[in-house]
Amino acid sequence: MTATLVAQFLDAETLQAALQRVKSTGHAALDAFTPYPIDGLAEQLGLDRSRIRVAMLIGGLATAAFAFGLQWYSAVIDYPIDSGGRPLNSWQVFLLVPFEVGIFAAALAGVIAFLRSCRLPRLHDALFEIPGFERATQDRYILVAASEADPNDLRTVLTDAGAVAVTELRLP
Amino acid sequence: MSRVLVPQQPPAHRWISAERADDVAITQAIAGPLFTGFGKRWWLALLATLPFVFWLLVAIVWLFYRGIGIWGINSTIVWGVAIANYVWWIGIGNAGTLISAMLLLTRQRWRASINRFAEAMTLFAVAIAGLMPIIHLGRPIYAYWLAPYPNTMALWPQWRSALVWDFWAIVSYLLFSILFWYVSLIPDLATMRDRAPWRGAQLVYGAFALGWRGSAREWSRLQTLHSTMAALGVPLVCSVHSIVGLDFAASLMPGWQESIFPPYFVVGAMYSGFAMVVVLAAGIRWGLGLQAIITPRHFDAMARILLMASIVMFYSYATEWFMGWYGGEHADRAVVRFEFTGTYAPLYWALLTCNCLVPQLLWWPFARRSLPVLILVAIAINIGMWLERILIVWNTLSHDYMPSLWRSFHFTFWDCSFLIAPLGFFAFLFLLFMRLIPSVSMFDMRELAHEEAAA
Repeated sequence: MTATLVAQFLDAETLQAALQRVKSTGHAALDAFTPYPIDGLAEQLGLDRSRIRVAMLIGGLATAAFAFGLQWYSAVIDYPIDSGGRPLNSWQVFLLVPFEVGIFAAALAGVIAFLRSCRLPRLHDALFEIPGFERATQDRYILVAASEADPNDLRTVLTDAGAVAVTELRLP
Repeated sequence: MSRVLVPQQPPAHRWISAERADDVAITQAIAGPLFTGFGKRWWLALLATLPFVFWLLVAIVWLFYRGIGIWGINSTIVWGVAIANYVWWIGIGNAGTLISAMLLLTRQRWRASINRFAEAMTLFAVAIAGLMPIIHLGRPIYAYWLAPYPNTMALWPQWRSALVWDFWAIVSYLLFSILFWYVSLIPDLATMRDRAPWRGAQLVYGAFALGWRGSAREWSRLQTLHSTMAALGVPLVCSVHSIVGLDFAASLMPGWQESIFPPYFVVGAMYSGFAMVVVLAAGIRWGLGLQAIITPRHFDAMARILLMASIVMFYSYATEWFMGWYGGEHADRAVVRFEFTGTYAPLYWALLTCNCLVPQLLWWPFARRSLPVLILVAIAINIGMWLERILIVWNTLSHDYMPSLWRSFHFTFWDCSFLIAPLGFFAFLFLLFMRLIPSVSMFDMRELAHEEAAA
């Protein structure tokens, strides 16, 4: 029987210690929720590295290339203006607009990649039903752990590690 | 309103002056007033800004109806207050993102107290700056011609024009700033959602919080995104104000065609922006009772940056004078002489006093620690920076190559309107921001408090 338990702690150090205990006793630590970013927590939970920066690079470069191509096409092919024999492809000046829009596009691509990788936006989450979960954005440090074999043992581990409340998460 | 965090003298910690500032106290101090209301002071302040908002609307409507002839511009001095305002406002607008991004990248932890409202300042200032070139167009209904779109005239924008660069720089920068600001706001919106006592507030904050839960994955992704955006933001800000500098430097006018303009504009932007942050920080600190979170040390750090920037500004002015002389061009030398002795000489001396002389007060620690002195210096800097921008426009245009075209600018009531009314409009937007959104980043403050062992 699998059970998912939600344990609430009063500070980050206790949470991180509990996480180590859960892992060393053979249970699975699924996720942690904290009111501010804790260094090293993602590594402890074994989360994969994000590819947000790759998305930003591709989005930014692609948009910049498009902007440059648009300028080149309009100034050289579609609407050439011969001004005293100057070159139609004034590429030095055409770099300004791609730089500006490229950075904006990189940021936009980053935001989209961030939302996708965190599965946001979402209207509801099963965890929001847990009493006290609203304090995860204020002053509670919450660990979600699962046990394949022995939920009672996991509950004991979490309580011994200093959890002030342990609730079972029932997925619909 | 009783204070949640009681400030102490001397400060108990480096950047937090309360003895204990645990997660609850920080949340309560920052988010509490948003739910209990700000009382009469806030309403009075908002009421005081309303006439300015109305004044700005009237001025814009009158301008659109009559045309730009209502200003003191003429066929020689074709640019005036609108362009100076544009440069000044975008300078202030640049500072918020620049300060926030640079302090994030250099791991200056004290940024936690000021980055949120500095970025909000950016948004409002850039929005106001973006209005200025449009109202100066003369035919503002055609502003959309700046964008490339399929049209029956088969026309394209002129990509070699500084006005087109401006358009893309402002639009990109404004949208970027909104994203940068919003990304760091999401966790605090979730806190607001979870604390809101009424259903309506829960729904609104909840919708904007996008379902944030504060999971380890969300935090690590958010930090990756935010720091990468900061790294991109710094060159973007520098390029935006450089492009504003190119509006002048890409011309052939004496006193404008100088390669120092782009960097000199960037420093000027940071300078006036930091001065504005000092004024706003003092206002927010007093208005919201955040004396424990925005401490004298923050003002001290900002004062040092102002002092440094004032020295760089003075160096830039000196380079301008030197290059005017060293270049040997008669018109360039004449413009420099005109700056010191011509029609606008009193303003030029006022500019030098405000930007170069007055900030030297900040060498003394008592001036950096004394809030009234610091605020007066910051206001002087902002006045000086506005004078710098208007004089860049006036001096060169009044003293061009052709002596038969030399004229002066005559300030009209409507010039004055476009100078003063946007300040009130800015204050109006800022007051609304303070009322609706946590002015200090709560999660950054929690992190800082834990690092400072104040929690």
